[in-house]
Amino acid sequence: MRALILTLALLLAAPALAQTVPSPFTARDQAPAEELELQRALQGGTINGRVSIPDAKSGNLVQPEGQNWRLFHNRTLYTIGFVAVGGMGVVLWLFWSMKGRIRITGGPSGRTLTRFNLLERANHWMVASSFIVLMLSGLNLTFGRYLLLPLIGAEAFTSLSALGKLGHNFLSFPFVLGLVVMLLLWAKDNLPRMADIEWLKAGGGFFNNAHPPAGRFNAGQKGVFWITVVGGGLVAFTGYILVFPFFFTDIAGQQLAHMVHGVLAMVMIAAIMAHIYIGSVGMEGAVDAMTTGEVDYNWAKEHHSQWVDEQLAKAPPAAAAE
Amino acid sequence: MARMKFLCDADRCIECNACVTACKNEHEVPWGINRRRVVTLNDGKPGERSISMACMHCTDAPCAAVCPVNCFYTTADAIVLHDKDLCIGCGYCFYACPFGAPQYPRVGNFGGRGKMDKCTYCAGGPQADNTRAEYIQYGANRIAEGKLPLCAEMCSTKALLAGDGDIISSIYRERVQRRGYGSGAWGWRTAYKEGVRS
Repeated sequence: MRALILTLALLLAAPALAQTVPSPFTARDQAPAEELELQRALQGGTINGRVSIPDAKSGNLVQPEGQNWRLFHNRTLYTIGFVAVGGMGVVLWLFWSMKGRIRITGGPSGRTLTRFNLLERANHWMVASSFIVLMLSGLNLTFGRYLLLPLIGAEAFTSLSALGKLGHNFLSFPFVLGLVVMLLLWAKDNLPRMADIEWLKAGGGFFNNAHPPAGRFNAGQKGVFWITVVGGGLVAFTGYILVFPFFFTDIAGQQLAHMVHGVLAMVMIAAIMAHIYIGSVGMEGAVDAMTTGEVDYNWAKEHHSQWVDEQLAKAPPAAAAE
Repeated sequence: MARMKFLCDADRCIECNACVTACKNEHEVPWGINRRRVVTLNDGKPGERSISMACMHCTDAPCAAVCPVNCFYTTADAIVLHDKDLCIGCGYCFYACPFGAPQYPRVGNFGGRGKMDKCTYCAGGPQADNTRAEYIQYGANRIAEGKLPLCAEMCSTKALLAGDGDIISSIYRERVQRRGYGSGAWGWRTAYKEGVRS
């Protein structure tokens, strides 16, 4: 009975108690930490102060944006990469199994004409080989932990990833140099033309075995070119921001740079996968353009009719008549 | 097991930086790396507060989530540690960390990052406890000796508390009740998804 009365008395006194005891979070000129953190998390941005150590960036007390970057890295980029790279793989495989290799309709003629000179080919392969390493080491950072790490074990995976990081940082330089040379060599042939619209309307002739006329580069190749040069340029720019941490921008800038870098790189990889496919196994005669630089006359006539006409017009009459 | 946490009572911190010094000395942390630092908010203005901040040993740690080589692990005391033999110094944990805890020695080319270094809660690393190898890579392992982190032990005003989360938060709540004010536990909402009230 006494216990009951005591309990009742306590229950009745509770509201009064709550009023007399000051709220534990009375602000003395400042909102509670928890509220400020929540506010900042919702608004974006950081909570900054002064530090006495000579490292200004450590004045960043809380940067809730890191959580968003985490979500981007672990979910958004992963999904984009999976869809872009995996999806392109599936599309190419389907195309291969339905269409097979695109043959030269007229068969190889035996006569060739020069499509790319030595400088163009050397530059292409410099860009291509560095891109392959950049791509694999980059994909490794997003997918390696889930795909490769369980297969080869932690130590081997670390050695590989450390090597990848080194390669990623250094091979960016030949890659960028190659992009600049590429721009100088091929930009004028990659400017849009009226024929590109026709080519695109015909679906590049991929689905009806037609060969819509095209100049030195068709609309698809122009797309790959501009994705490589502009996309690659942006990926390189954002990459250098990350290679020199805090030299150009703060933590928020680096997070943004990484996001742009990651998304554009995934898109580029998908585009280049298609480029590699159609330039090698996907089409008879295509790979010669970048190996010997000499393409078969019939191949050129089918895929780049306008370019062949231009070349013939340029050639001395004797050669043209031959 | 305990759930280890840090709690900095910003109304007590006097920005003496003893925690920073104690940490650097105890672990022989090299130049340019600060596992702990004191940040002063609203410096020189009403409402000025100083907060000692290091790795908060988060629940569901963002660094561990984004690490491409999966070098982080959480101890039975919920202390977040990493294996420097696996770290490749990519910097991802620094982008993800809400508290700027990961630090990198500058090695090699460009702004090339070496293996990441951060507060270990004085719990060393994956090497055998209190060996020379562990000390060189991670610093002292006071937890293995049954001691708490030195920064908090050293704190002259007992602003920085380290220990089991329930115990230190009840100490803090009691203080707040007694003195009638408290600006809250910095980083708790972000690191542990809770305030000191819960």
